[in-house]
Amino acid sequence: MKIAVLSGKGGTGKTLVSVNLASVAEKANYMDCDVEEPNGHLFFKPMIEHVESVKVKIPNINNEKCTGCRKCVDFCRFNALAYVNHSIKVFEDVCHSCGGCMLVCPENAITEREKPIGTIERGTSEKVQVHTGILNMGEASGVPIVKQLIKNETRDDQLVIIDAPPGSACIVMESIKDADYCVLVAEPTIFGTQNLSMVHELVELFEIPFGVVLNKCLDEDNPAESYCNDHRINIIGKIKYNQNLAVLNSRGEIVSRIDPQYQTIFKLILEHIVEEVGYATTSRT
Amino acid sequence: MRILIPVDEQVKDTDVCMSFGRAPYYLIYNTEDSTYEFIKNIAAASPGGAGIQAAQIVVDSKAQVLLTPRCGKNAADIILGADMKVYKTLNPSVQYNIKAFLDGQLNPLTEIHPGYHNHGGN
Repeated sequence: MKIAVLSGKGGTGKTLVSVNLASVAEKANYMDCDVEEPNGHLFFKPMIEHVESVKVKIPNINNEKCTGCRKCVDFCRFNALAYVNHSIKVFEDVCHSCGGCMLVCPENAITEREKPIGTIERGTSEKVQVHTGILNMGEASGVPIVKQLIKNETRDDQLVIIDAPPGSACIVMESIKDADYCVLVAEPTIFGTQNLSMVHELVELFEIPFGVVLNKCLDEDNPAESYCNDHRINIIGKIKYNQNLAVLNSRGEIVSRIDPQYQTIFKLILEHIVEEVGYATTSRT
Repeated sequence: MRILIPVDEQVKDTDVCMSFGRAPYYLIYNTEDSTYEFIKNIAAASPGGAGIQAAQIVVDSKAQVLLTPRCGKNAADIILGADMKVYKTLNPSVQYNIKAFLDGQLNPLTEIHPGYHNHGGN
């Protein structure tokens, strides 16, 4: 079962929720897909057992074979190629590694070469397998890292917690597309509610069952909660604003491992999801 | 000599467009016969890599000089690679800038910005 944790903006508590959901499970895989700033490993402090490189394919042009027909330039919908001064120029950062230019070239002047864009670290922290995607500095897109991160861990019998990047862009879609359930984490602010509405729209589009965890709740009106009520969204957990929690979190502690109160909160959230996904699976068949 | 300027509209007293890659049209002024020509910039609607596609259109237009308020890195790689000269416009007036260039009043564009990529998030 794959559970993706996402939010429209950074700092709502995605990592808090995903790290703790993985920690209260019998056994879990935690996938840090926030490849631009992965931070789950700061909590798990895993023993790294395996490091792999993530590479993408970039066209390599043989200018001696190229006749300047421009079929590749016209084909590339990302505009990663240009024809200047009788040679093809490749813009690596814009290339999406689709390989189309190589296919349309009538002269077989295009081959592919591999370009490293990041790494994946895999390690263990107690009962959690920790997988961290890391994008090299200066690279444009972390999507290939997320693809490789999730592809290699797709056994259905294992619990996988996906810590998604913030927002609702391509890399978030890549992180959640095979999820059985999405947890949307929201803050009690108007800004937070606006961002909640963006990820809400996204998960509706993907038709993935979902629920909201309201984080940093105060004893006053919560616009995110009102949004959920207005849209009949299931609230599967509430975490009160608590200074001690913030202190522990900022020290890189996993609160459910040291505080029974939080262990209960996250266990209940996980049980709720497992039950709902189980129900969804049964009702689909 | 053919002078190319990114512009807002398809008329000769139009304004210089603030964007190079996403300008709706390019105006080409031919100094030999004082004629104006317009090219529609199909890259303006491109979801990504607009500067690259636009620069390709611009170098294919056989202009020798580009007058623009700014230009991104990818586009500059193509334009400078094609040996075009790039000068910085001083104000929105197309006519003013053509005259200023011919009088030697425009400076070469030296600030190449890194681009406004990933706004769509890819």
